[in-house]
Amino acid sequence: MRVAENLNAALHSLLAARPDLYVLGEDILDPYGGAFKITKGLSSRFPDRVLTTPISENAITGVAAGLALAGDEAIVEMMFGDFIALAFDQLVNFASKSVTMYGSRLPLRMVVRCPVGGGRGYGPTHSQSPQKHFIGIPNLALYEVSPFRDNLEVFAEMLGRGEPCILFEGKVLYTRQMHAVPEPFTVRLDDGVATVFVEKNPDFVLIAPGGMAYQALEAMQTLLMEDDLLGTLIVPSRLYPFEVDVPDVPYLFVVEESTAGGTWGAEVALGLNQERWGRLAQPVTVIHSQDSIIPAAVHLEDQVLANEAAIRRVIKETLRG
Amino acid sequence: MTELLDRSVDEDLELMLTIRAFERKLLELYGQGLLNGTTHTCLGQEYVPVALEALLLADDYVFSNHRGHGHYLARFGDLEGLLAEIMGRQGAVCGGVGGSQHIKRGRYLSTGVQGESLPVAAGVALHLKRTEPGRLACVYIGDGTLGEGAVYEALNIAALWRLPLLVIVENNGIAQTTPAGIHLAGSVAGRAAAFGIAYQRVDTVDVAAIRDRLAMPVAAVRTGSPLVVEFVTHRLGPHSKGDDTRPPEVLRAVEDWQAAVDPAQSERLERRARARVEQVVAEVIMRGPA
Ligand SMILES: Cc1ncc(C[n+]2csc(CCOP(=O)(O)OP(=O)(O)O)c2C)c(N)n1
Ligand SMILES: [Mg+2]
Repeated sequence: MRVAENLNAALHSLLAARPDLYVLGEDILDPYGGAFKITKGLSSRFPDRVLTTPISENAITGVAAGLALAGDEAIVEMMFGDFIALAFDQLVNFASKSVTMYGSRLPLRMVVRCPVGGGRGYGPTHSQSPQKHFIGIPNLALYEVSPFRDNLEVFAEMLGRGEPCILFEGKVLYTRQMHAVPEPFTVRLDDGVATVFVEKNPDFVLIAPGGMAYQALEAMQTLLMEDDLLGTLIVPSRLYPFEVDVPDVPYLFVVEESTAGGTWGAEVALGLNQERWGRLAQPVTVIHSQDSIIPAAVHLEDQVLANEAAIRRVIKETLRG
Repeated sequence: MTELLDRSVDEDLELMLTIRAFERKLLELYGQGLLNGTTHTCLGQEYVPVALEALLLADDYVFSNHRGHGHYLARFGDLEGLLAEIMGRQGAVCGGVGGSQHIKRGRYLSTGVQGESLPVAAGVALHLKRTEPGRLACVYIGDGTLGEGAVYEALNIAALWRLPLLVIVENNGIAQTTPAGIHLAGSVAGRAAAFGIAYQRVDTVDVAAIRDRLAMPVAAVRTGSPLVVEFVTHRLGPHSKGDDTRPPEVLRAVEDWQAAVDPAQSERLERRARARVEQVVAEVIMRGPA
């Protein structure tokens, strides 16, 4: 099953099982079913709770918060994750704050889904990874779709938190098969966190969420075959708060598609550096995209985005000098 | 469906004067350095929520804004809880976390970012329409807040989805220091008309007359016909504290509803209102931190 189908199936199951759940978004009605088809079939089955909206990212996020405030549950689809900038106020100043701003905990069950990332030539305003703008906001949890974790479980966990959550969905993952790992690696899932490994002590550990997981895996394969360097890959499901058991090895890398500056990877690296100072061969290395807007042309986009080649190069340089 | 609360004229007037006495006292306490942060008093606009509350049901949602003490007191009459919240003392409605402009109690909620509550109220109205038909979501905003895009996104959705949303625009002709003449193009009526939303203009301060005028339109909101009501009103006091930039001659000319009240009745009720507020202050000020 492809990741897009898994997400779609999860939404179908959720709407069927939870009579108070709404799904809101632009152009989500059938037969179109959303720009990436993740909401396909939902409006035909649940017409009163799957609502196509005007182009109003701010308001639909507020509407979701209002539904949650009244005890319902809501999932909002941003057509492209870039547009979540228009919903920033509702998320930062209303939904997340309201959970604890009124003196006692006010559970709000809502999720904003964001297709993110480049690699598809959509250009500067349709290719970003906006995760970094939402880190460190009290009562706002961040998740990223992992090809190794069933999304029904992810949604249930997010709604169960009783606080707003953002689910980032790497667009390049949509067409990938779930749970697929290349030889000789196997995958293990603990509490939603996937570990892709070979039964042997690794030379290094990579932490890479979402779409970057496959770039990381390809790099790991080549490094193993060509350079005899063995890596273990960790694919987190919840990005923030970040609570993942990372194996104790001297070389740690965090990989993210975000452009440089104030990133999720830097936040994770800070925590690991503080915790493991003295046990690391060198500070945790963060591999991310260039400090640049994301160009449309393939060759230009390629120069900006973090990819398999960059990951491989950095790891080899770090371990072999 | 709406049962008009059978409030006597005296009761309404006493509530309005109690809100006024409360707000005046707050400014005094700020002046004495006894309060932290900031506050926005509703001096001059007290009659608006007092008139409206009689048209609202206990199960309706009310969304208030920065200038919300009157909205809260008209709904709950709870001077102690509100003052304790503003002072961060025991018995505070929200444990002192929210303060003057972030209050939630049951289905009443205020927040401090202009325009933000309209989409939220639309979401609540969507919930009500499906699961509690007959209830509505009421949102108070000021004229200056009409500068926010969120207002129009929400009005568009409310009209399209026929939501039980009641928008009260307290048009006091000024936003902080900026007069409506340089912050508001067109009219409030024109804005409602653009979305095909019903509109009422209230330019009287007569509480009974306001209720008469609005009873039917508000009842229609409950059946899914959103409504914008514009109150032409006047801010008597500063925006927050000591920040009134209007020239003295302008300030002197600001209309005050109290001027139209029979002086004997006004004095009698005002004395009671003040005494009550003094008593609440004396008691709350002795409490420990929230
Ligand atoms: C988004 C936002 N911008 C600015 C402010 C600061 N602010 C608080 S009240 C106010 C004026 C509001 O004017 P109006 O809507 O007319 O309400 P009034 O104060 O007259 O009751 C401003 C600018 C704010 N709270 N929120
Ligand atoms: Mg105003």
